[in-house]
Amino acid sequence: MDQTTHRSAAVRDGLGVGLAVGLSGLAFGAAAVTAGLTVPQACVLSLLAFTGASQFALTGAVGAGGDLVAASLGALLLGGRNTLYGLRLADLLRVRGPRRLLAAQGVIDETTAVALAQPTPEAARTGFVTTFASLYVTWNLTTLAGAFGTSSLGDPGMLGLDVVGPAAFLAILWPRLTGSAELRKLAAAAAVIALCATPFFPPGVPVLLSAVAVLVVMVR
Amino acid sequence: MTTLWWAIAAVCAGCYALKLAGLAAPRRVLDHPVVSRFAELVPVALLAALIAVQVFTAEGGLSADPARTAGLGAAVVALLLRAPFLVVLAAAAGTTALVRIFLG
Repeated sequence: MDQTTHRSAAVRDGLGVGLAVGLSGLAFGAAAVTAGLTVPQACVLSLLAFTGASQFALTGAVGAGGDLVAASLGALLLGGRNTLYGLRLADLLRVRGPRRLLAAQGVIDETTAVALAQPTPEAARTGFVTTFASLYVTWNLTTLAGAFGTSSLGDPGMLGLDVVGPAAFLAILWPRLTGSAELRKLAAAAAVIALCATPFFPPGVPVLLSAVAVLVVMVR
Repeated sequence: MTTLWWAIAAVCAGCYALKLAGLAAPRRVLDHPVVSRFAELVPVALLAALIAVQVFTAEGGLSADPARTAGLGAAVVALLLRAPFLVVLAAAAGTTALVRIFLG
């Protein structure tokens, strides 16, 4: 495939993930308002925090009447993996100055996944930008819609939206997993570590702990 | 209500700082062979862990939700059949929704 084909494939991947995962903003908006946030508060979180897991963690804790400091720390723990993604994306994106400040807001699960699935650095950059733009717009519009439509929407889980994120990540990892036994072992070990850690640690920590699997692979 | 705004501001600022910290890591750190190998492998581990946690846990415990499990299973089948990306997502969401309807 030539450059253009790579890049249009990246655009297709990015739009697919952005639009499909962005629909979960409906669930976030609805959950936030149900938890007691106002519509502006839900929208500010989607505009500025823009990292789904942290947003759900904060509103979930607020809804459960939890301590706000603990709730905020929990949300930040979930955001910690974006730092690790940034280490990888720094090399692919090679952005500096104001463009880096803008790109930073887009460093999340979905954009990283799409960028890493691309065969060339150019396509990775295209994939990152397309996913960031389409997900940012969709996520914020659906947050607003979900926050306003809480009562009429019913339970977003009934649409199966909660499985769209995991399915998207699996689809993106798939070619790399089928192509490498080492990555398959790494992925399996990481999943097992995170599941085993879940009952013992606050949300966010189990996924970060799965990075230990990487160290094991590197030492071997 | 004002306190909640402070928490929201802290989370927004903190989340942005965390994103920027990795992207703005010094070149010297990024070029270190151990760091670059770690950075190359770590997204695969984190995304795999994320799939497991989002599908097989709920409220801080392990839970095998039949609807989500079936949805992920449908995604695997679709991937094995080399279905396009959006078909994979639709198969997963559709299966999860259907199982929820049947199980009530």
